[in-house]
Amino acid sequence: MNHKAVISATALAAAMTFSTASHAGATLDAVKEKGHVQCGVTTGLAGFSQSNDKGVWTGIDVDMCRAVAAAVFGDAGKVKFTPLTAKERFTALQSGEIDMLSRNTTWTLTRDSNLGLNFAGVNYYDGQGFLVSKDLGVKSATELDGAAICIQAGTTTELNLADYFRSKGMKYTPITFDRSEETIKAFEAGRCDVLTSDQSQLYALRIQLAKPESAIVLPEVVSKEPLGPVVRNGDEDWFKIVRWSLSAMLNAEELGISSANIDDLKESSTNPNVRRLIGLEGIKGQGLGLPDDWAYSIVKQVGNYSEVFERNVGKGSALGISRGLNALWADGGIQYAPPIR
Amino acid sequence: MAVIQHTPHEDLPPPVSQTGVIGWLRQNLFSSWLNSLLTLLAAYIVWKTLMPLIDWAFIKADWIGTSREDCSSGGACWVFVSVRFKQFMYGLYPEAEQWRINLMAILFVLLMIPMFIKNFPWKKWLGMFILFGFPIIGYYLLSGGAFGLEHIETSLWGGLTLTLVLAAVGIVAALPLGILLALGRRSKMPIVRALSVAFIELWRGVPLITVLFMASVMLPLFLPEGAQFDKLLRALIGIVLFQSAYMAEVVRGGLQAIPKGQYEAAEALGLSYWKSMGLIILPQALKLVIPGIVNTFIALFKDTTLVLIIGLFDLLAMIQSATQDTKWLGFSIEGYVFAAVTFWIFCFGMSRYSQALERKLHTGH
Amino acid sequence: MPMDNQDQMPSRPPLWNDPDKRALIFQVIVLAAVFAFFAYIFSNTLHNLEKRGISTGFDFLNNEAGFGILMSLIPYDETYTFGRTFLVGLLNTLLVSFLGIILATILGFIIGVARLSNNWLIAKIATVYIETFRNIPLLLQILFWYFAMLPLLPHPRQSVNFSDAFFLNSRGLYLPAPVFESAFLWVLIALFVAIIAVVFLVRWAHKRQAATGQPFHTFWVSLAILVTLPAVAYVVTGMPLNWNLPELKGFNFRGGMTIIPELAALLLALSIYTAAFIAEIVRSGIQAVSHGQTEAAYALGLRPAKTLQLVIIPQAMRVIIPQLTSQYLNLTKNSSLAAAVGYPDLVAVFAGTTLNQTGQAVEIIFMTMMVYLTISLLISLFMNWYNNKMALVER
Repeated sequence: MNHKAVISATALAAAMTFSTASHAGATLDAVKEKGHVQCGVTTGLAGFSQSNDKGVWTGIDVDMCRAVAAAVFGDAGKVKFTPLTAKERFTALQSGEIDMLSRNTTWTLTRDSNLGLNFAGVNYYDGQGFLVSKDLGVKSATELDGAAICIQAGTTTELNLADYFRSKGMKYTPITFDRSEETIKAFEAGRCDVLTSDQSQLYALRIQLAKPESAIVLPEVVSKEPLGPVVRNGDEDWFKIVRWSLSAMLNAEELGISSANIDDLKESSTNPNVRRLIGLEGIKGQGLGLPDDWAYSIVKQVGNYSEVFERNVGKGSALGISRGLNALWADGGIQYAPPIR
Repeated sequence: MAVIQHTPHEDLPPPVSQTGVIGWLRQNLFSSWLNSLLTLLAAYIVWKTLMPLIDWAFIKADWIGTSREDCSSGGACWVFVSVRFKQFMYGLYPEAEQWRINLMAILFVLLMIPMFIKNFPWKKWLGMFILFGFPIIGYYLLSGGAFGLEHIETSLWGGLTLTLVLAAVGIVAALPLGILLALGRRSKMPIVRALSVAFIELWRGVPLITVLFMASVMLPLFLPEGAQFDKLLRALIGIVLFQSAYMAEVVRGGLQAIPKGQYEAAEALGLSYWKSMGLIILPQALKLVIPGIVNTFIALFKDTTLVLIIGLFDLLAMIQSATQDTKWLGFSIEGYVFAAVTFWIFCFGMSRYSQALERKLHTGH
Repeated sequence: MPMDNQDQMPSRPPLWNDPDKRALIFQVIVLAAVFAFFAYIFSNTLHNLEKRGISTGFDFLNNEAGFGILMSLIPYDETYTFGRTFLVGLLNTLLVSFLGIILATILGFIIGVARLSNNWLIAKIATVYIETFRNIPLLLQILFWYFAMLPLLPHPRQSVNFSDAFFLNSRGLYLPAPVFESAFLWVLIALFVAIIAVVFLVRWAHKRQAATGQPFHTFWVSLAILVTLPAVAYVVTGMPLNWNLPELKGFNFRGGMTIIPELAALLLALSIYTAAFIAEIVRSGIQAVSHGQTEAAYALGLRPAKTLQLVIIPQAMRVIIPQLTSQYLNLTKNSSLAAAVGYPDLVAVFAGTTLNQTGQAVEIIFMTMMVYLTISLLISLFMNWYNNKMALVER
């Protein structure tokens, strides 16, 4: 017996015990068969995806996954999370290790076209900003010439930063770390003057400072960072399920349906839009291959977009981020979902 | 006339400066002015570093409590470690199921005790069982999914448990592979030899971190569509490939130490290659390399910390993530010290064991 | 051949009983299996890459990188290519390995000798050092030096200032940088000439000692040559060397040379860790030289210093060097842990950021592994050559 054969034999034997088969063409079938949605999230980012000391995951990205599970199974609990580093996230999705990636991932042309990914929508409109220490006395990002900047490796942030400083003719020293936790540690230790990342992350990281009030987020937003759930290329059905799970949450907010009042509305509402969303009339879940009450399950168990937002990153959380761009279009934001009809 | 008898005077005791405490001091610390100077300097440095350390770690430290408010003495805050202790040991393993890990640890210790008893008759069989039988029991205990045990996903495994699983599986799985590679490297067949050498040198030539990257990022691409591995299993495959190369070199050392006569005797008896290896050479060679295997185990045990970089939560990663808890900010030093002490106890203990073994095995020569 | 076969034709043994043929067939099968295995992986990979629409090939090396790198030994900014990031990372890896090897060797030899010291306290300290540092994972040590020590350094505006030329703060250690004018070339030429002269001098002294037995004290003469010649050249060409002093401008120091904290932490951890292993090697090497050698040297009338220099060290080195090589290799490989503290080495920059920006995992991991493999093989080759040169010539 030669050693290669041994390796492949062990690998195969192990694969049988550990792996769960997935058919790239029919993610929904595979998901139904194994009984849960496998969802890729961050290894820990407050407000987006984070596990507590009991191993329970929370966050806006986590709720996205739970919404999909609610739509498919009628049970938001039927989801398992795979914590991924920035480096691993795309391979994990491509290889079928996870069914969807909800890991504050920016939608860009390269990722959409070269990496075999499909962005199912935007659950958070973000933009890159700068966090500086208050005693630096800086009021604007244009005063940052010569600064040392802490930054997470392998992100679009790294490229945007270079572009911004080049366009302004300023110099900087990038100090890159693999993980965002390390950037804030280094910032706190005074290794860098500035920490740059998506603004939402800046707020999330700021609460990890010993004195969060000693640092401020500068007003400039230097990039567009539409963050959203991602699926593999080549499975339209699954792609649509994820897209419409997000839309259902937005539509629910728009129609004033929340987890608190959805049962009452189910009984009493005469508004055809509301009745369509709850699954009482119209096309229901048929075309998506989902149960009739798919959107009802999402709103009932996870909540509408506003609930999810406020609970995880908004006023109801330690981050305290205001809706801003993420308000509904009717309220001056740009969150706009196609109608359910 | 009296006979003058010469009675020799009783020996004088050696001068005070040569015996007792003073003698020892003079010989070992103050034998020359240069040595005295060095001693004083060293003593001063030790005093200057040790005192604040003891002060910080013990005298001024806080041991009991539940929150950071209980840490008020200004020294180390061990409360942080004690509050998180369970996580450091078991990772995110569900609390109700942690008895399974404990059971496994107790089982292992019980199995190991006879191995240290000098005249225990079934040592060989027990050893075989620990190497090949116990991992299977361990797998079912940890992972469940059979015998009425709840299935626990590997993404929940963590802490010291994961560190030990990685190191133990790495060694146990790498051993047979390493033996084959070592035999291959000493084979008379040129192609087998060349392939073995290439395999060994390739894995020994690259850092473990690139192997882990490969396992976590590239391995999924190597598999046919639809098949995929658990993240932990991928890391394990990387570790085993890497470790088998080191193991092969250790085993090769043992094979080379067996006198040529043994090979010739086996051949003269008409034993086939596999029989002569399995019955004559390997039993002797493997006994010789046990200390070497323990040493590679120590190296691997330390190296498992690298899985932190690919996002697995071993002991070090668990501690790191605990230091980022907003309720417990600013206690990284305590966390690192705890990790260091834990690793140190394991590694030092094992290295002492391997040294003792080495001495024991040497007496035969 | 069994006896009962004799009545048949005394032909060749059947194929499966001929060890040579069997070996050949076995090898062919092994080779075929290995090839099949690689072909299988290769086709899977190609299929997967194509299916997922991931680009392949090495064209990405010519694309613009678009990100900055903390430290580079060659000119680099974000307009350079991904290929350039490979070079930058490689050079940074080589730099930290090179410096680490030097520091670890010095520290390791000191600790190793201290371990054997007659002074009880010194020997114990060395033992404690060795047992402590080699039993704690390197990654933990790196993280400790970086994340636990960094907060203790002052902010740039409160830098520790040594005579306005050296500054120490949380951004690193700032040193004056030498600025060479073109005429400095002459100083280098003078130095080169001096080195050649010293080499010839030493050879001549050896020859004379071998022939006549008269020693010639080359040390002071060599030193004089090495210092005077470049010094004269330096003065004659009008002192073509200036110092660029670091200066606080805006947030940070500008000018001068910087040793960044990432490099310092990595270097510190690597050399402290490796030194613990080297110390043990040095101890075992010295102990391997039997005491009779020392006694014999004394009997010949050699003084202790000469004994050490001419008898003990050369023999100990034979034991030490092969093991030292493997430690150097380990150190080089371990330098890849730089990613943990953000030092831009090959793994952090190329197998990290570049991999993430391009997504071409296969090509990048392959290139990275090849680099380490090449370094390993080169060091092994060099050390084999050195070993053969130093090996005991039995007469």
